[in-house]
Amino acid sequence: MSVQEVLPLNGLASEQSGPFRADHLLVAEMVKPGSKVLDVGCGEGDLLQLLETRGIDGRGIELSREGVNRCVAKGLAVVQGDADTDLVNYPDDAFDYVILSQTLQATRQPKVVLENLLRIGRRAIVSFPNFGFWRMRLQLLVGGHMPRTENLPASWYDTANIHFCTIKDFVELCDEIHVKMERAEALDLYGRPLRLRLPWWVWNLFGEQGVFLLSRGQGK
Amino acid sequence: MVGVKSVPSPTIPSPAISADDRSHEVDHPSSEVALFGADQPLRLDCGVDLTPFQIAYKTYGELNADRSNAVLICHALTGDQHVANVHPVTGKPGWWETLVGPGRPLDPTRYFIICSNVIGGCMGSTGPASINPATGKVWGLDFPVITIPDMVRAQAMLIDRLGIDTLFAVVGGSMGGMQVLQWTAAYPARVYSALAIACATRHSAQNIAFHELGRQAVMADPDWHNGAYADQGIHPHRGLAVARMAAHITYLSDAALHRKFGRRMQDRELPTFSFDADFQVESYLRYQGSSFVERFDANSYLYLTRAMDYFDIAGDHDGVLAKAFAGIETRFCVVSFTSDWLFPTSESRALVHALNASSARVSFAEIETDRGHDAFLLDVPEFFDISRAFLQSAGKARGLTAKDG
Repeated sequence: MSVQEVLPLNGLASEQSGPFRADHLLVAEMVKPGSKVLDVGCGEGDLLQLLETRGIDGRGIELSREGVNRCVAKGLAVVQGDADTDLVNYPDDAFDYVILSQTLQATRQPKVVLENLLRIGRRAIVSFPNFGFWRMRLQLLVGGHMPRTENLPASWYDTANIHFCTIKDFVELCDEIHVKMERAEALDLYGRPLRLRLPWWVWNLFGEQGVFLLSRGQGK
Repeated sequence: MVGVKSVPSPTIPSPAISADDRSHEVDHPSSEVALFGADQPLRLDCGVDLTPFQIAYKTYGELNADRSNAVLICHALTGDQHVANVHPVTGKPGWWETLVGPGRPLDPTRYFIICSNVIGGCMGSTGPASINPATGKVWGLDFPVITIPDMVRAQAMLIDRLGIDTLFAVVGGSMGGMQVLQWTAAYPARVYSALAIACATRHSAQNIAFHELGRQAVMADPDWHNGAYADQGIHPHRGLAVARMAAHITYLSDAALHRKFGRRMQDRELPTFSFDADFQVESYLRYQGSSFVERFDANSYLYLTRAMDYFDIAGDHDGVLAKAFAGIETRFCVVSFTSDWLFPTSESRALVHALNASSARVSFAEIETDRGHDAFLLDVPEFFDISRAFLQSAGKARGLTAKDG
């Protein structure tokens, strides 16, 4: 019996708040109304549609052709493109916010992508699965397998996610490239923020994913 | 697309439609015509003022009270204004009835749809087949060389004449897509949304090469007479048919040709050991060539292919494409097709990158199909879904009511 079966991991999809995902609602709440937003890795456009209902001018980039075409067929301004190669085409300060939702771990050069986000946008909102989450640790420790969850169900050999990190790792990267963290949230299994102001190591252990609102630091 | 027809003759047959039908449409089109007199010359890129001139056009639907629902359709190289009605020369359905019509993405009950024959064309707008008023004879090669920007300048004069300030949408594929992009570069404030399909911001070397092949085929026909064939009452239909056959191959794809024809024989079991059209694909191409010359003027083909060759938006903006779209507020939708090797996705991607660099609002979809460049004229449901959603979303932003948008 695998650890996966012993510890069925409830994904975000199973515990939704209304028609929108909890983590999307949190991201949308971080965006000021009337802003111009670029959603990098926008999937099928759910977050963009949520932003649109709040009067936000949203654009998207998505790698998969099927995702792009579904977005365009919803009337969204989405182009086919790759976060690793196509962000360079955008000018400085083109957007108020650039969002990278659950995509950082799939980029080839997360650091360069992060730097580009904060060049194109005055602020960036980044969310990613936390590999320091206790169930992830347990799968590796007890099961001896690379962790798999409902949100990240692919096996190690066919996953698009090639750069996993923990909340702690991400905070260190932000420090290294002088990015200012304006707001940080750790979400539990159901996509709900851990409300308590807890030390990083607790978030790193109990946060299933991290959501960060970033801006350019003093060093930039 | 026209189906395969049996063409048993070993050479390309003569046109079934008389030259009179075609030449009558040139000066007296069976559609609306806007005349521009000496007070309104068309200033051409080559430095010539074309005057007088006329633009033949069709409209579908009604202009709404605040004149905000006008859509301009730009036709491709061998298209014309008969986008959604029976063609007056060939008797065939309109060339874009898949996209335009009741219940279609471009529905005349919602939009006021305009399509004009381009300057240099041969279906009623002034071109090399028209009568030169200075001589009373057909223009022929005396007609000035025209460009895509010239075509668009003429369309803008027509739109002025129709009392329309801002077009809700400009839509077109291939050479029509080039005109769409030229509209946004030249008149950004007059274009609310732009749907550019299977096109590019410049004509590639390979495409110029194919056009040169077609032109040389026309000019090698002894009936061409240095472009003065009209004076002799003849038409270089053999050369033009060869040009069309070569071009038609570029509109398809290897996979589409293989699926449609394979190596199947035409009305025979065994090879004839001759140069008859043994293969279905040969018969098909001959049919494409011979039916084309029934409706198209050879000199017009030379001029319009030349206009596409000269097209290069970046070249008109210090070599920087993004400059052409700086600060533009037009909503763009760019569509390409996976098997289109005439205007491949890479061309659309370059356009999208330039639009991103200008912070333009752009949607870009690449549609998977094996039908090649011609896919934009065919029944490709995903393309219609995307076109419809883009226009509806733009209509909502434009404040078109449910009734008219």
